[in-house]
Amino acid sequence: MQIFGRKIKLSTIALYALIIVITIIMLLPFAWMLSASLKFNREVFEFPIHWIPENPRWSNYVQIWTKIPLGLFVFNTAKITIMVTLLQLFTSSFAAYAFAKLKFPYRDVLFLGYIATIAMPWQVYMVPQFILMREFGLYNTHWALIALQAFTAFGVFLMKQFYMSIPDELCEAARVDGMNEYQIWWKIMLPLSKPALSTLTIFTFVFAWNDFLGPMIYLTQTDLKTIQIGLRMFISQYSAEYGLIMAASVVAIIPVLAVFLALQRFFVEGVANAGLKG
Amino acid sequence: MAATGLGLATGQKRKKRRVLTKSQQKRRASLVAFSFIAPNFLGFAVFTLGPIIFAFALAFMHWDGSNPIEFAGLANFFELFRDKAFQAAFWNTIIYTVFSVPLTMACSLGLAMLLNKKIFGRDFFRAAMFFPYVASLVAAAVVWNMLFNPEMGPVNMILYTMGVDPKNLPGWAADKDWAMVTIILFGIWKQAGYFMVIYLAGLQGVNRELYEAADLDGANAWQKFWNVTLPQLAPTTFFVSVMLTINSFKVFDQVYMITQGGPGTSTLVLVYHIYNEAFISWDLGYSSMVALVLFVLVLAVTLIQFRYSRSLD
Repeated sequence: MQIFGRKIKLSTIALYALIIVITIIMLLPFAWMLSASLKFNREVFEFPIHWIPENPRWSNYVQIWTKIPLGLFVFNTAKITIMVTLLQLFTSSFAAYAFAKLKFPYRDVLFLGYIATIAMPWQVYMVPQFILMREFGLYNTHWALIALQAFTAFGVFLMKQFYMSIPDELCEAARVDGMNEYQIWWKIMLPLSKPALSTLTIFTFVFAWNDFLGPMIYLTQTDLKTIQIGLRMFISQYSAEYGLIMAASVVAIIPVLAVFLALQRFFVEGVANAGLKG
Repeated sequence: MAATGLGLATGQKRKKRRVLTKSQQKRRASLVAFSFIAPNFLGFAVFTLGPIIFAFALAFMHWDGSNPIEFAGLANFFELFRDKAFQAAFWNTIIYTVFSVPLTMACSLGLAMLLNKKIFGRDFFRAAMFFPYVASLVAAAVVWNMLFNPEMGPVNMILYTMGVDPKNLPGWAADKDWAMVTIILFGIWKQAGYFMVIYLAGLQGVNRELYEAADLDGANAWQKFWNVTLPQLAPTTFFVSVMLTINSFKVFDQVYMITQGGPGTSTLVLVYHIYNEAFISWDLGYSSMVALVLFVLVLAVTLIQFRYSRSLD
């Protein structure tokens, strides 16, 4: 077949057609969400679907902020997510440095302890964890969720895998130059591990932002709730106001979309690396 | 005087450092190492390791979370055999796994094969496939519920315009025969992109020379896939199958969001039962026993698959 004066094989056209159809299936729910967020209720289920509403109802995006304390929910979620991500990045890379580059007694046993919990479903210990948090007085505080997510075996494992690929000679040379271990971690390892740190950032950010079961168990006060719980509440409260629900859903997805698009390349590499070595 | 004293002190310190014995040096190095690990390990030990040990103990206790704990022996274990909801949850989890794991694997491998080719806009397509994985599950589930609404959802509308009799239109989440199908389809859509990336990484490791050899032997595309790609991908497939199986044993959020375990007990799964027993009935000992069953399942699958993978090498 001739397209723009170039010969294109029929199989190539079929390949693109297939890929585009699959992409549409994957993205259709989001397109529908965006479209419905600008509609009146009666328009939402109109068939055939009007993808671009005739009179886009931007006021849906204004109303959601006053119908529920959406701003507060976004703030709460951002606070938890940022705290979790920062703690995770610091403690994981710090611990991973010792596991990868230092010799000390019980190193392998300790690391095995970490690895063993990776395959352990969280749901196996969520009840005892809940009781413990309650005993610590952390029920109905954001600290419970931060403590729950900031110290993961996965983070240590991911960073350690990356540090193992950095040659030991680099650390040796730094030691000869009179650097102490903390300086080596700060001045050499951290700057070199940007791809691993990016991967861990996205993973942690995405999971903390989207977490549903954790906040549902730990937060019962409205003013403490996160956006996912708020969204869920909003759905049951205004179950017939589809346009509003979709607008709130779009708002809940935007931060993740932004982080994902900004660091996407690292994410894909990170998943591939962490995945295969797991 | 003060100045000399200070000078003396630092002089002494320097001297002291020089005469550190080997074992002192080792101890100092260990202290440094432990100081690196401590911030993470303390949090990990208190909030993860501790609760895991507590969970195993609780499975053999009776406790409602406030009254004194009582030793229960194997009572919680025997309760499993009387509890109809647990049995439904157990089999539903197995059914979900049996269908969702191979289907998700096939879809992600298919996507990886398609997007491993040098095509225009490849990065965009890869990102698009991946996006459902990072999107908020609550938001995605709401749209899913609307798209698959039995009465006015676009999916059934499309099926209707394609000529499906209104009486035969699937009831999706509202129909006990279709609810599990809905959950499985949602799971595939959500996860396929993630495992596609892992398969893409696996495809990078396939030996190019084997394809050239196959070309020389006159193999067609299907033969190359079957005899070169698949065997070379065996370690990746092994990893993906372990991860997917563990994930599917742990399925909860999508069930909570789409069907709440219903209609009836048609989509009740193990974690949903754990959640109900713990946070609705406050039967913490029994819920930990169900959690122990979940753990044993995950452990068994992991061990079987590791055995199997070793026999591959």
